[in-house]
Amino acid sequence: MRVRAQMSMLFHLDKCIGCHTCSVACKNLWTDRPGAEYMWWNNVETRPGTGYPTGWEDQDHYKGGWHRDEKGRLKLTLHSKAGGLGKLFYNPSLPELEDYYDPFTFKYGDLFNTPQQEHQPTAVPISKITGKEMEINGGPNWDDDLGGSEVFARNDISLEGVDDTVRAQMEEIERVVFNYLPRICNHCLNPACVAACPSGAIYKRGEDGVVLVNEDKCRGWRMCVSACPYKKVFYNWDTGKSEKCILCFPRMETGHAPACAHSCVGRIRYMGVLLYDADRIDEIVALPDDELLDAQLDTILDPNDPAVITAAKAAGIDDGWLDAAQRSPVYKFVKEWGMALPLHAEYRTAAMMFYVPPLSPVMSTIERNMVDLDLDAERIDFELLDQLDKARLPVKYLANLFSVGDEEPIRKVLRMMLAVRSYKRCQSVDQSIDESTIAMLEAAGLTEELAEDIYKLTTIPTLDDRFVFPPYHREMSIEAMEDVMEHKGMAGFGALEAPHRGA
Amino acid sequence: MTEQWIEETVNPAERKWEEFYRNRFQHDKRVRTTHGVNCTGSCSWEVFVKDGIVTWELQATDYPQLEEGLPPYEPRGCQRGISYSWYLYSPVRVKYPYVRGVLIDMYRQAKREYLGDPVDAWKAIQENPEWRKKYQEARGKGGFRRISWDEALELAAASTVHTVKDHGPDRVAGFSPIPAMSQVSYAAGSRFMSMVGGVIMSFYDWYCDLPPASPEIWGEQTDVHESADWYNSRFVAVMGANLNMTRTPDTHFISEVRHAGAKLAVFSPDFSQVAKYADWWIPANPGQDTAFWLAVNHVLLKEFYADRKVEYFQQYAKENTDLPFLVQIEDGKAGKYLRAGQVDPYTGVENSDWKMLVWDDDADAPKLPNGTLGDRWAEENKGKWNLELKDSLTGEDIAPRLSFLDQHDDVLPVELEFFGTDGTVTRSVPVRTVQTADGPVTVTTVFDLLNARFGVDRGLKGYDAASFDDEDVPYTPAWQEQYTGIHRDTVIKFAREWGRNGELTEGKNLIIIGAGANHWYHNNLLYRSGICALMLTGSVGVNGGGLGHYVGQEKLVNAASWASIAFGLDWGMAPRHQNTPSFHYVHSDQWRYERGYRDYDSLPDAHPENHDHTIDHQARAVRQGWLPFFPQFKDNPIELMRQARRAGAETDEEVTDYIVEGLKTGEIEFAIDDPDAPESWPRTWFIWRGNAIGTSAKGHEFFMKHYLGTHSSAIAVEPEDHGVAEVNVRPDAPIGKMDLVVDLNFRMDTTALYSDLVLPAATWYEKDDLNSTDMHSFINPMQAAVPPAWESKSDWEIFTAMAKKVSELSGGHLPGEMEDVVMQPLAHDTPDEMAQTTPGDWRTGEVEAIPGKTMPKFKVVKRNFAEMYERMTSLGLGVRNNGVAAHGLRMQVDDFYDELARKQPDKRSGGDDNPVRPSLVRGREVCEAILALDPASNGEIAHRAFEAESAKIGRDITHLGAGQRDTRISFADLISQPRRVLTTPTWSGLIGKGRAYAPYTLNVEERVPWRTLTGRQHFYLDHDRYIEWGEHLPVYKPRPDHAMLSETEQSLAEGQDGKLMNYITPHGKWSIHSTYGDNERMMTLSRGGYPVWLNSKDAVDLGIEDNDWVEVYNDNGVFVQRCTTSSRIPRGTVFVYHATERTVGIPISPRREKRAGMNNSLTRTRLKPVLMSGGYGQFTYAFNYWGPTGVNRDTFVYVRRIERPDY
Repeated sequence: MRVRAQMSMLFHLDKCIGCHTCSVACKNLWTDRPGAEYMWWNNVETRPGTGYPTGWEDQDHYKGGWHRDEKGRLKLTLHSKAGGLGKLFYNPSLPELEDYYDPFTFKYGDLFNTPQQEHQPTAVPISKITGKEMEINGGPNWDDDLGGSEVFARNDISLEGVDDTVRAQMEEIERVVFNYLPRICNHCLNPACVAACPSGAIYKRGEDGVVLVNEDKCRGWRMCVSACPYKKVFYNWDTGKSEKCILCFPRMETGHAPACAHSCVGRIRYMGVLLYDADRIDEIVALPDDELLDAQLDTILDPNDPAVITAAKAAGIDDGWLDAAQRSPVYKFVKEWGMALPLHAEYRTAAMMFYVPPLSPVMSTIERNMVDLDLDAERIDFELLDQLDKARLPVKYLANLFSVGDEEPIRKVLRMMLAVRSYKRCQSVDQSIDESTIAMLEAAGLTEELAEDIYKLTTIPTLDDRFVFPPYHREMSIEAMEDVMEHKGMAGFGALEAPHRGA
Repeated sequence: MTEQWIEETVNPAERKWEEFYRNRFQHDKRVRTTHGVNCTGSCSWEVFVKDGIVTWELQATDYPQLEEGLPPYEPRGCQRGISYSWYLYSPVRVKYPYVRGVLIDMYRQAKREYLGDPVDAWKAIQENPEWRKKYQEARGKGGFRRISWDEALELAAASTVHTVKDHGPDRVAGFSPIPAMSQVSYAAGSRFMSMVGGVIMSFYDWYCDLPPASPEIWGEQTDVHESADWYNSRFVAVMGANLNMTRTPDTHFISEVRHAGAKLAVFSPDFSQVAKYADWWIPANPGQDTAFWLAVNHVLLKEFYADRKVEYFQQYAKENTDLPFLVQIEDGKAGKYLRAGQVDPYTGVENSDWKMLVWDDDADAPKLPNGTLGDRWAEENKGKWNLELKDSLTGEDIAPRLSFLDQHDDVLPVELEFFGTDGTVTRSVPVRTVQTADGPVTVTTVFDLLNARFGVDRGLKGYDAASFDDEDVPYTPAWQEQYTGIHRDTVIKFAREWGRNGELTEGKNLIIIGAGANHWYHNNLLYRSGICALMLTGSVGVNGGGLGHYVGQEKLVNAASWASIAFGLDWGMAPRHQNTPSFHYVHSDQWRYERGYRDYDSLPDAHPENHDHTIDHQARAVRQGWLPFFPQFKDNPIELMRQARRAGAETDEEVTDYIVEGLKTGEIEFAIDDPDAPESWPRTWFIWRGNAIGTSAKGHEFFMKHYLGTHSSAIAVEPEDHGVAEVNVRPDAPIGKMDLVVDLNFRMDTTALYSDLVLPAATWYEKDDLNSTDMHSFINPMQAAVPPAWESKSDWEIFTAMAKKVSELSGGHLPGEMEDVVMQPLAHDTPDEMAQTTPGDWRTGEVEAIPGKTMPKFKVVKRNFAEMYERMTSLGLGVRNNGVAAHGLRMQVDDFYDELARKQPDKRSGGDDNPVRPSLVRGREVCEAILALDPASNGEIAHRAFEAESAKIGRDITHLGAGQRDTRISFADLISQPRRVLTTPTWSGLIGKGRAYAPYTLNVEERVPWRTLTGRQHFYLDHDRYIEWGEHLPVYKPRPDHAMLSETEQSLAEGQDGKLMNYITPHGKWSIHSTYGDNERMMTLSRGGYPVWLNSKDAVDLGIEDNDWVEVYNDNGVFVQRCTTSSRIPRGTVFVYHATERTVGIPISPRREKRAGMNNSLTRTRLKPVLMSGGYGQFTYAFNYWGPTGVNRDTFVYVRRIERPDY
């Protein structure tokens, strides 16, 4: 057992507002500069939809992630280890600017400077790259809230396998629906970007699992851009280097939540340490599709298990980190309760950000041109509990996103959420927990105690409940390079230089 | 095993480069502030400063926790707020004063000719029609020039002085919205206006944020739950409110309360963002929620009142609503409440016309309960204004009867109007007969009338709602289908769950409602239909229950102290408060383009006398004291005062007599009676903190023409016969009424672009101010993270500097002390509420002309322009002498006034036994004054407010403020951590011990009456106008359709090639009103414009593909943008998310060949006259509180595809 610690973020999608505050927080802090305009390290997608960059899940086109070959061996989809060199100067799977968007602004100054004329002046759109007038045809969130649904939502790759009739109905009032999917870098255990980099510039940090592009070492080959199946590595055209989500390590190192998580107004994000067994990574990412999900979750270790604690200490994980791992809200959702799943485990990168799939409204039917909710005549508090196929979001669709197409893990989570809601309703409205309520909980794999725990962490967590950060001991890291006392006096002196193009 | 691909990197020495990102994150300063943008957020933010530059912002997370079990408030703040730092250094920032070149050239020339006198120079420009036309036509067309602050202030002051001198102070108008969002900035301009005598224009009603149903039912402007209280609900119905969009930082309480066991139903014609959370998404047709809720009430009355009685509902109805009150049945119709004056032994009681009766079960006779309006304003029998079920005269207990069903003298047919296809219906009502001085009178209860209205089968003959499936009988579940498109079974299921939840939780039924409902013409009826279902389930005044109306940040929590400063009450000013809907309807000449409301409102045929033009009602409302209007007279009121004095009027009473006589003879004319006369025009317009010409200008293109005199894309024509009786219709509508438009702004928005003078305002990160909201119970500060950038100044600085300039220029023009007479309407929360038992017109001789009774009041005010600056920047002794007041409660604050004067003395004051006054020179000092003197932030003053309330109601409720009496909240406290406000009877929520604020808990739990006629919540509204309009009971009225609105005919004649659609403008995702919408972040995350949202199938019919350019147009104007097609949009309706600018990326309209407009280019102001009612209980005017609203949702447009247009 080789124990490693990973900082992991959890997204409770049932709570996501789709506001994009996270995206702007990130943009303000990290990508508000030339060469990075088009980058959204954090973005939020309306689903169904094709996301950003558009159609990023189409690995037939983009060749991201890994696959299992006929012999059961793991292969980088983009190229073999040696084959990468051949693509250095020609990589057809690389997303084009149009797949993201041509970043634009407006000539606001004309409002002040235009001499008196016949028409009112207006600030025309211009490209942020060329400065020239342009027609706006794309953006990082173009299909927000089902915008252009007949072009984008309809062509969501993850709808594959959803019944054709259902798919057609999703464009009608009876079934129209959407939800949101916030995405950052998954800081994978088996990151394809790291593997694909010809320069060895990308690495996974030992202490917290953050995957970084070394801006000094990067040569701008952009293999990482292609290899990342989530399209979360970006090429900075100004510096000629790749950049990506850094999980706000400078903030985490000082006890702050990453800007996206801090700013999450829906309070959907949780962060904490997960311990995993690094020895098992290579094995589990090469398993057949139907075993991938369980195996990945299985590599996450119980931080209270004495054997794990011993192995963790042997691996240099200190008491503070262990304590954080034991209090980790992410661990609770992912492992204790089994309510959170990784995005597209079939990409085999062992993504380490997790999602609680969302509930959706009950469907309706049309009778005599009247909309009628598909409800039972007798009262059931949350009618979807035993009728998940009446939920507007098809279970199959969620399964394609979060459980390698297997509906059962999704059904389990949705049933748990509905059971907790029903239980809390009995408790607060009927003022009684009768046997049928207990039975309902049991059927969802819950006890009253578990239901209370899930309720509390889902709805009333404080900031400290949502974000549990380990002590980073920066003094020890600095000490590895220089005297800490000296650093105290010297910190901030001297000029900072941005990485040079092609350096 | 596969080959090893990944290896972690541990060694810090190999990772030195990481400082690249660490250095970016390092910063020099973090400062707490917030955004003042009428979003209701009032979020606490930290602004990060690095190298003297604001680099980014993130939410503060240190809100104090409310009571155990509620989710915390952190983090508050949304995608818009977090993008604010972009503005500070952006190219759209106004960095310097700007003026239109053509105007400043004229001014400089004129000034040379007039020996340097700015006022004379300005006058010369105004008196030269060619000059005036020249600079007016240039408005909005570029040609800005940078000028010095000194010259900018001089120009504005010259226009102000000239307007006051030549036309009158009430031709200077000031518009700024929503003081709660930056209280000091608002007060800067309103205090300036108050000192000048200018017109302070309302906003809450104009924005259509005011829900008229709230004053109708509760006598209250708006009072709602803080969002944490949503978490106490167990059945939430969201209607016309897209919480994710508009209550972004509060939405988590909704997602979270679902997991606490609540059900969520969302009513929205589109699959909106909040619909994703719903258990039940109910896509009722746009604007038809009324029909749904009426049917819900039908089911509730049948199953929870008729078939079975729920003890909690019965008790609640008797104690807290007017359901047991007696209404007279005359000529087979429901009429007025039975009054104490009609019935022994109450005939001689004080205010007997204003006391209503219930039927006491024990005495089997009508009885007068405590708490009616007559008790509120009692001079003799005081202390009876409470909700105890006791006889107001004898103190004996009363057991009110809800219904005469089991115990009647007779069952009579009563005729009720139904609108739409239904006509009139006759229902049977059980009645009793009461002996009065004028003979026997037939009465029934409001409850019995309500059952008749809803057609509930209670076994009486004449009821034909045999079942819920009865399609022909209003208001059954089957009946509503034709309007809502929602199946009856869904309605029945919903209603049963609603009733059951209300019963089991004792009222934890919550409606969250917003602009999507409130912006329809018949919004009051829509709201009443839902509020009925709340009152019937005992849900109002309960934590987790009631109506959460969230449209606008109206809650200025420390209103008592703030109002004294904002309206110059400390210096004895009488502010000219104007309801803006009437102002714009009249002055921008939109009234001229319609034939009046009768085209689109529905009235019973029985009242043909009301079938006239809206402006006739407007004119009568002014002269009957129901609504304000400015200019008040065609004369300059200062000149009028001189005339009155010359005519020998010595006392104020004699001045009033002089005016009344002049009005009666016609020698003095109301400006409203000749609205287009040059004497009636507004002249100088100050705009700050708002987009008055842009996004809030309903009928924007008419503003362009009649206010500004520049280009307009309206093609509407006036009817040949206006059908107007009361006002003079001049043959040609005036073009360009405004002499000068001044805008204070930090960005070049639409209003700035069209203003003559643009003054650079400090941003929210560059000034000190206060911010409050109804969404939470904290007060938040604004603080300067950096000094005002470039040449910008805070609004307080600008208006005080302007005052100084006016003082300077007034010398030869407005010398010494002068008198002004201010016309004011009958006022809410004063004994004026008992002015008019029945409306009467003094002009036609129906009633005597009595100021303050049958007509407006007139108040003499002394002005001193030379001392204006000193007064403006010093807190006047009026506050020390008279205290502060809110909601009819007055509190002494003299000790705290003196304490404040010691802390921030005005060095110019004091001496000769005069008390030292507190200084208000700096914005921070104004903040401190507001906090120190208000019950919401000073526990001792709150205690005094409770004492005042206790005396009024005759019950000691001072215990409510006992635990907080020593608390004082200062500005320094606010910047260290958000502070929760105190419990005060100036508001209606009990919030001790961390309890979440829910409105009217004070009323329900402490038996404090609502500020209405009966003191209870009203199902029934017996104002004569309401009876005539058929709105005395909850009612369905059809939506005005395009044929009624006369706004598409010219476009059709023009040769339309598009499709006629309903046009609505919901609040959007990427802006707060127009702010943020033009910024690069939000433009990028949306589609780089202001998309026109169309249903995908409608788009196919029109040959439109996603992102095609489309033209949306009607007779009011034109809008050109790219299109977003979507299956979540309902067919037949086109969405343009509210509050676009015409500054960014707007092409030339191919059809109208001018720069295309903005979202309000397609709308036109239409007022609902019944909402002008006044002088009667809760139907009495208050600023932003009562009056017609600026509805904008009943609009029809043509939509067509166009080729890529030119810029």
